[in-house]
Amino acid sequence: MKILMKGNEAIGEGAIRAGCRYFFGYPITPQSELPAYLAEKFPSIGGVFLQAESEISAINMVYGASCAGVRVMTSSSSPGISLKQEGISYLAAAELPCLIVNVMRGGPGLGTIQPSQSDYFQATKGGGHGDYHLIVLAPHSVQEMVDLTYLAFDLADQYRNPAMILADGILGQMMEAVELKEYASEIPHKNWAVGKSQGRKRNIITSIYIDPKVLEQHNLRLQAKYKIIKAHEERAEEWMKEDAEIIIAAYGTVARIAKSVIKKAREKGIKAGLIRPITLWPFPDKYFQDLGKIKRILTVELSSGQMVEDVRLAVNGRIPVEFYGRMGGMVPSIEEILEQIEKINSQIERVKL
Amino acid sequence: MAKITVEQERCKGCGICIAFCPKKVIQLSKNLNPKGFFPAELINEKECTGCAICALMCPDVAIEVYRQEREKK
Amino acid sequence: MKKVFERPKSLTDVHFTYCAGCTHGMIHRMVAETIDELKIQDRTIGVSPVGCSVFAYEFFNFDMVAASHGRAPAVATGLKRSLPECIIFTYQGDGDLAAIGTAEIVHAATRGENITVIFVNNAIYGMTGGQMAPTTLIGQKTETTPFGRDARAHGYPIRIAEMLATLEGSSYIVRTSTHNPQNVRKTKLAVKKAFENQLNNKNFNLVEILSTCPSNWGLDSIQSLKWLEENMIPYFPLGEFKNI
Ligand SMILES: Cc1ncc(C[n+]2csc(CCOP(=O)(O)OP(=O)(O)O)c2C)c(N)n1
Ligand code: SF4
Ligand code: SF4
Repeated sequence: MKILMKGNEAIGEGAIRAGCRYFFGYPITPQSELPAYLAEKFPSIGGVFLQAESEISAINMVYGASCAGVRVMTSSSSPGISLKQEGISYLAAAELPCLIVNVMRGGPGLGTIQPSQSDYFQATKGGGHGDYHLIVLAPHSVQEMVDLTYLAFDLADQYRNPAMILADGILGQMMEAVELKEYASEIPHKNWAVGKSQGRKRNIITSIYIDPKVLEQHNLRLQAKYKIIKAHEERAEEWMKEDAEIIIAAYGTVARIAKSVIKKAREKGIKAGLIRPITLWPFPDKYFQDLGKIKRILTVELSSGQMVEDVRLAVNGRIPVEFYGRMGGMVPSIEEILEQIEKINSQIERVKL
Repeated sequence: MAKITVEQERCKGCGICIAFCPKKVIQLSKNLNPKGFFPAELINEKECTGCAICALMCPDVAIEVYRQEREKK
Repeated sequence: MKKVFERPKSLTDVHFTYCAGCTHGMIHRMVAETIDELKIQDRTIGVSPVGCSVFAYEFFNFDMVAASHGRAPAVATGLKRSLPECIIFTYQGDGDLAAIGTAEIVHAATRGENITVIFVNNAIYGMTGGQMAPTTLIGQKTETTPFGRDARAHGYPIRIAEMLATLEGSSYIVRTSTHNPQNVRKTKLAVKKAFENQLNNKNFNLVEILSTCPSNWGLDSIQSLKWLEENMIPYFPLGEFKNI
């Protein structure tokens, strides 16, 4: 049975179903429906909802709760996520699982509350200090807001790593029918967590390794883990890729628009298709390996061109990768992107002549 | 009858125990410990009352105090 | 003869990394003894700060979590909210608690977070080599106030205990000192009460303990205790500011 839900609320419902009972956050638009949803639902199911004094505090409360071994989350939007970066680095260093939701808005600075994808670098390349990665998942529908919330908690626990849902204001505010699938996974036992010791050896959770030799070993261990995550968890959707000559690479909201663009392009006889990264880190390189008939890739983002760098790395010069983006909360229309596709198509034809 | 023992490797020779000992029965040893400090030592066991003030003030928790239990009649 | 004073079980065997004569160690002992006496070693979690006590997790013999600079009260909040049956304390210096972590401590107090805070005020940044702290006294020379702290340029030292006592959420706020045996005993009693209060679910409890930093004050151990008594106590009066 499907029910109608707002994207932000769908994340909240997904979290509850995945066993999350702890939320620490600080208000910011455009993610407010998510904390509001949990503030209402948590009391009756024994959950803890706490509005902190800042995003810095909120992420450190997440750190504390994660040390205790419970499923815990926070959510925010771009300026607030910037404040969380110190805590995120510590979470990654101490290998603490949690879910961080970023419903992105236009930046830099205070920017605007309108949707954006300009935090891609921050989410996938680090953001805080040190060599680390978050597991970053990018939903493109309200259904995925639920499904990827399940997945984010599972991957975070499996790899002892913080996970992020990277959405945008449109997805957060959008109403769509969703099916709330039963959450089937089991929450693993965390023998590393602190709590009542009951005779076990004491547990210490820290990120300080003052001896450089030891810290290098710790880093090597983290890098080895990231390699395993990369090998096993790359995810993307391929859509009309089979015979495509032009591929749009886009994630989140832009991927939805891209599907309409591709339908229109095909009506005009242009063989277009889509690769939609679902995991932004690890970036789904393997979906860009077999290029088949593809002659050009157009990456479209709500940014000045961030994911396009990863697309280019994956393609590694084999074919041209173009970029089209809008910034500051502006969203491109179907026609606008179609125009880009037609331009690229005409260039391909010229080469044939 | 009372005495203290100073864990020689742990002591940093800060002298706080010496300064606060009401009976003045602690002094710094002439031998360096592995940390490079001259550790404290009890010099006059007869005078030590086991008041434990030295242990109370020792920042490195290097002192243990022993006391003869009074016979209860 | 019977042993009448020994190392508490809640301390590990690891030698403290503090400088000779630094009263951080005394305070560690009192916290550990309290935990032994209250028989809560198997359910206590300490949160260590960034500062000279950053390695406190090596010294305390129970579960420990290391927080980032100033955020220990927020980390403790996350811990206590998810482990209400555990006893959670933070151990923080004055730079950690009263400068970078001011928002965290004030809001943990005003929320009435049911935790215990051991606040070590030594009027200086020890770990980073003796810079001005929020509690550095007027006229006190530090690496970043080489001509002495000047109120017009550097502001005034902050009295944390007095400030937190004004908040509804705090239950027990006290300032004690380590400069002589009598005051060390009082400190121990205060530490114990701050833990007992948590066991009795009494909101927020903080013990501000005046402590020495011989290395960065440029004094020996005994001179430091004297300097503390003569200079710190007049500005940071000892006593209970709240006890409800
Ligand atoms: C975000 C951040 N800023 C600065 C530092 C550097 N730092 C380490 S300890 C410290 C001050 C510690 O002083 P205090 O809290 O008074 O403790 P003490 O060392 O005196 O015991 C600073 C500024 C840091 N580790 N992290
Ligand atoms: S107080 Fe402790 S560390 Fe200092 S000299 Fe005495 S025994 Fe040694
Ligand atoms: S620098 Fe100061 S506070 Fe730090 S251990 Fe040494 S004496 Fe103690």
